[in-house]
Amino acid sequence: MPEFRNVVVTVNEEPREAEIEPRLLLVHFLREVCGLTGTHFGCDTTSCGCCTVLFDGVPVKSCTVLGVQADGHEIITVEGLGSPSELSPVQEGFHEEHGLQCGFCTPGMMMTATAFLDENPNPTEEEIRWALSGNNCRCTGYVNIVKAVKWAAKKMATSGVSARGAAPIR
Amino acid sequence: MAAPNRSGTLTAAKEVRLYPSRFHYEAPRTIDEACQMMAYYRDDAKVLSGGMSLIPLMKLRFASPGTIVDINNIEGLDYIEEAGGYLRIGALARNRAIVRSDLVRSRHPLMSSACPTISDPVVRNRGTLVGNCCHSDPQGDWVSVMMCLGGEIVARSVDGERVIPIEQFTTGPFSNSLQSHEIAVEARIPGSTNYGEYHKIERKVGDFATVAVGVALNIAGGSVSHCGIALTGVAPSNLKCYDAERAVMGGTLNEGTIEAAARAASAAASPRSDHRGSEEYKRTMVEVFVRRSLRAAAGIRAA
Ligand SMILES: Cc1cc2nc3c(=O)[nH]c(=O)nc-3n(C[C@H](O)[C@H](O)[C@H](O)COP(=O)(O)OP(=O)(O)OC[C@H]3O[C@@H](n4cnc5c(N)ncnc54)[C@H](O)[C@@H]3O)c2cc1C
Ligand code: FES
Ligand code: FES
Repeated sequence: MPEFRNVVVTVNEEPREAEIEPRLLLVHFLREVCGLTGTHFGCDTTSCGCCTVLFDGVPVKSCTVLGVQADGHEIITVEGLGSPSELSPVQEGFHEEHGLQCGFCTPGMMMTATAFLDENPNPTEEEIRWALSGNNCRCTGYVNIVKAVKWAAKKMATSGVSARGAAPIR
Repeated sequence: MAAPNRSGTLTAAKEVRLYPSRFHYEAPRTIDEACQMMAYYRDDAKVLSGGMSLIPLMKLRFASPGTIVDINNIEGLDYIEEAGGYLRIGALARNRAIVRSDLVRSRHPLMSSACPTISDPVVRNRGTLVGNCCHSDPQGDWVSVMMCLGGEIVARSVDGERVIPIEQFTTGPFSNSLQSHEIAVEARIPGSTNYGEYHKIERKVGDFATVAVGVALNIAGGSVSHCGIALTGVAPSNLKCYDAERAVMGGTLNEGTIEAAARAASAAASPRSDHRGSEEYKRTMVEVFVRRSLRAAAGIRAA
């Protein structure tokens, strides 16, 4: 008999309760239990970063975290950034600077960039490249992704909006 | 598959993708509770810390533990502190925290130099130094760093605590001297060193070392009072270079002692030619890195 565990996970500020097997990976919990398919899996081997989500505010590769480990914790996925009517600075930056082509890596890129900019709102190009080095893109050569993050930093500085799109907590 | 439901209970998603084999999951809240669980499950159980090595192995089914004892809910295990003459790194201190720690940098610059080369920033957000040592990957970087610094692992069990020097801790590829009911709770590193550098050649960010060389020194009054030199990726396991260390210990760093150390380290290595590079290349790079580090330490401008 498989073992099931009851978990309560706050996903994009909403509590989600589910009975899951301990071996269910967080990425599949998000995609298939919560129906949030913005989180992608590209490699399944902890390399590409497409599955990156924020775990208590910290970027993690959700293909390498168990769903049960998120019990009692807060997860933010790409669906938790901005809103359709008002994109977050990072989302807008990717749009403005043509930071995506196929878009497969984009959710992970944006989650890593969001957490990074919240900590370092005025980064150098080298710092951006370093911060994104755990996320692989097969299309863009990174140049426009780096530009997009710079664009977002500028937007944050002029608008006072946090990287996630919400007003900053003071 | 369960339909998404915004407010109510989501029932079991039985058809979702599952990679690891089934296991029993325990999430103890205290270290004593964790020790009792390990005493109960013994060989059947694996400790889960950062999970950045264990979960990939489970997904590939290279590891299929019957029970996972997840220590991530134990409070107070994520410390980085100085006490009793040791820098103490708790089992849940993430590599992310080690990279950022001013205390670590001021006590052992080698650690701050090595940490950013270990995996990538997102993986470092969860991976731990203690878990890396326990994993005992022959290509792992933290064991070499611990070798340079005389580090020890503190193991806890229902029987009490014992301290294991790193050379006795790692016993071979993916094996260590922990007993099946023991949990590594801390890495501790004595004293401080005023010079340290980790040179690593990797093919891409987050890759294991083609060649890596760690050097840590304590230079007091112009004389070398501590020297640690260790290599990663160029021998069947992490290699502490005793001969190279002896070549510079107790004296001043000069061209003669530096050359002797560089050559001794290179001679100690037993690299294999592979897709990462030829044996000759790797051996040469060991020599170059030891020379470069020691020259920098001596304030001699690298040629
Ligand atoms: C993309 C990628 C790149 C990487 N690159 C590198 C690299 O360049 N260099 C490098 O050294 N490593 C690298 N790693 C490995 C990474 O650093 C791991 O985080 C580390 O080896 C394991 O630490 P962990 O805390 O994640 O341990 P886990 O994965 O949780 O555990 C690893 C093993 O140690 C045991 N264990 C863990 N903690 C304890 C404990 N407290 N007591 C007893 N047993 C324990 C587990 O049971 C398991 O067998 C990489 C990993 C990935 C995914
Ligand atoms: S799918 Fe998780 S890192 Fe690639
Ligand atoms: S846009 Fe295609 S993988 Fe990055």
